[in-house]
Amino acid sequence: MIEQIPYLAVVLIAGIGIATILLKKNLIKMIMGLAIIEGAANLFLVTLGYREGGIAPIFTSAPGGEMVLPTVQAMTLTNIVIGFATTALLLAFAIMIYRKYGSVETNNIRRLRE
Amino acid sequence: MSQYAALLLAIPLLAAFAMPLIGLVGKRMRNSWAIIAMLATVAAALLLVWEVLTQGTIVYAFGTFDSAQAIPFDSGGVPIRILFVIDAMSAFMILTAAIMMFAATLYSISSESEQSGQDGYYALLFLLMAGIFGMVSTGDLFNFFVFLEINSLAGAALAAYRIKGGVAVEGGLKYAFISTVAGLFFLIAVGMLYGQYNSLNIAYIASVIDFTGLSLVAVVLMVVSLAMKSGSVPMHFWTPDTYSSAPSSITALLIVSSMASLYAIFRIAFSLFGLTMNVVTVGWVIIILGILSMFIGVSMALPQKDVKRLMAYHSVSQIGYMLVGLGVGLAVLGDSQMLTQFGVVAMEGGIFHIINYALYKGLLFLIAGAVIYRCGTANLNDLGGLGHSMKWTMGFFIIAALAIAGIPPFNGFASKLMIYESVFIFNPFIAVIAMVVSIMTLASFVKVFHSMFMGPKLPQYEGVKEVPMPMLIGMGLLAVLIILFGLFPDLIVNTLVEPAALALIDRTGYIASVMGGI
Repeated sequence: MIEQIPYLAVVLIAGIGIATILLKKNLIKMIMGLAIIEGAANLFLVTLGYREGGIAPIFTSAPGGEMVLPTVQAMTLTNIVIGFATTALLLAFAIMIYRKYGSVETNNIRRLRE
Repeated sequence: MSQYAALLLAIPLLAAFAMPLIGLVGKRMRNSWAIIAMLATVAAALLLVWEVLTQGTIVYAFGTFDSAQAIPFDSGGVPIRILFVIDAMSAFMILTAAIMMFAATLYSISSESEQSGQDGYYALLFLLMAGIFGMVSTGDLFNFFVFLEINSLAGAALAAYRIKGGVAVEGGLKYAFISTVAGLFFLIAVGMLYGQYNSLNIAYIASVIDFTGLSLVAVVLMVVSLAMKSGSVPMHFWTPDTYSSAPSSITALLIVSSMASLYAIFRIAFSLFGLTMNVVTVGWVIIILGILSMFIGVSMALPQKDVKRLMAYHSVSQIGYMLVGLGVGLAVLGDSQMLTQFGVVAMEGGIFHIINYALYKGLLFLIAGAVIYRCGTANLNDLGGLGHSMKWTMGFFIIAALAIAGIPPFNGFASKLMIYESVFIFNPFIAVIAMVVSIMTLASFVKVFHSMFMGPKLPQYEGVKEVPMPMLIGMGLLAVLIILFGLFPDLIVNTLVEPAALALIDRTGYIASVMGGI
């Protein structure tokens, strides 16, 4: 049971992120929701590779025994970098929208449909 | 081992990152660099496609000189390198992307010439293309995710490139949101597969797959996220906003990137899971998504006043045809008699429609861009009488509009006929809907044609003249291809489309190309 907790946390965190995106009207908060989902994805990947009592996967003079999986850690690292780029781009968009519209509430960002 | 697969990524990436530096030298230098790099990329793509069509599937292993090293002898039969697996289907997508890249880059040279920040524009354009080429040629799930993100980020930034009082930023923001959420769901699904099969290689996972409940969740997540990214109903709300606010040349490329997502749905459905999952259910889900996209897209398009929004809703509707064609093929994958009777033809129709759609939809958006370039508005109520001054553009519009409506002898007819014929045997009702949608498409384009080009010359467009030569060449190439594909559909189907459809069906062949006949 105890080893299932991280997976439950993943579902919970992803749920919070999705709810934030769907329920909040403020762009900055929606971007935060996206970052929360990203955190859930990262947690999920790292948890997949965790082995009880495993050591860091460095083969040079390793003491032996179980190692945690390195691939998922590399994937997580890549995803963190990608997430950084995405968040930066989205925040840049939010700044631009604030400059042009004077607001970051989605209710006020409706010029496209007019 | 030929290096075209690596060059296909290396050239656009080099071009993209060198662009700001070369832009320092001057405008002329930057434009020449963009054109040279574009021609080099297209050449690499065409050579690669030629090689695949003559020699069969190519497996390119990164980080080694020998593709036999794809699976090192001491790895226990597990591919550990990043592999590109380029079969006939990937080659088909690469060809589509290369044609559109050629047309859109040439077009941009003129259409963006008045804009500031062009260094960034071309850099992002090449990044977008690198993302698309990577998505359609990779054989690795995580690698696919990375290219998906490169493609999304570049696409979103380009969609917001002309700020236009914030309107374009709104479109870019929506695109960025949707594609990031889609990308994250895709990544979680990749994690689920990795947790079960300890590999990211599509062919390896396919060879050991044992369809569990978790794999079902992964399939659902992947199909949903990629359908979001390709702009099919019910997640289509971003397409009109993003397609209408992006520069027209970029809209043409965003269409190719949505095709790349569509390709990924089918690569995953056919090559990764294949018959291990319940193909009838998944096939029907895709067919229903397709029917809804067709119908909702076209009925939303009819009342639109902005020409680019109208065309964007039509692209939702056209994606439905591909989903239906390939969905029917997927639904009958398990039944070899039905598959040979009509399944293969339905898939060929769907795949053929991908390139036809990219050509005529790209051309339509480029035409809309040409009209906006000269008249400064996209509102159909304000436009009129352009047939007097923009004769070439009008001619191209007629070709593209007849092609999208499925009128012979243009390319849309060829692929739609294949879809109608085969889907009719599967379920007549779907074929009838497809035909009705086609008629509604024609109705809506007659309206556009009438309000843009017909009527007397309007005083406010007195000084309007034909668009510059590079834009005409870009549009002309697409128009010529539309006519050629429509006049000689058999040639295209036999050389390009049929191998692509068979490559999708042949799951064991895909696995064997990487795993070496296991």
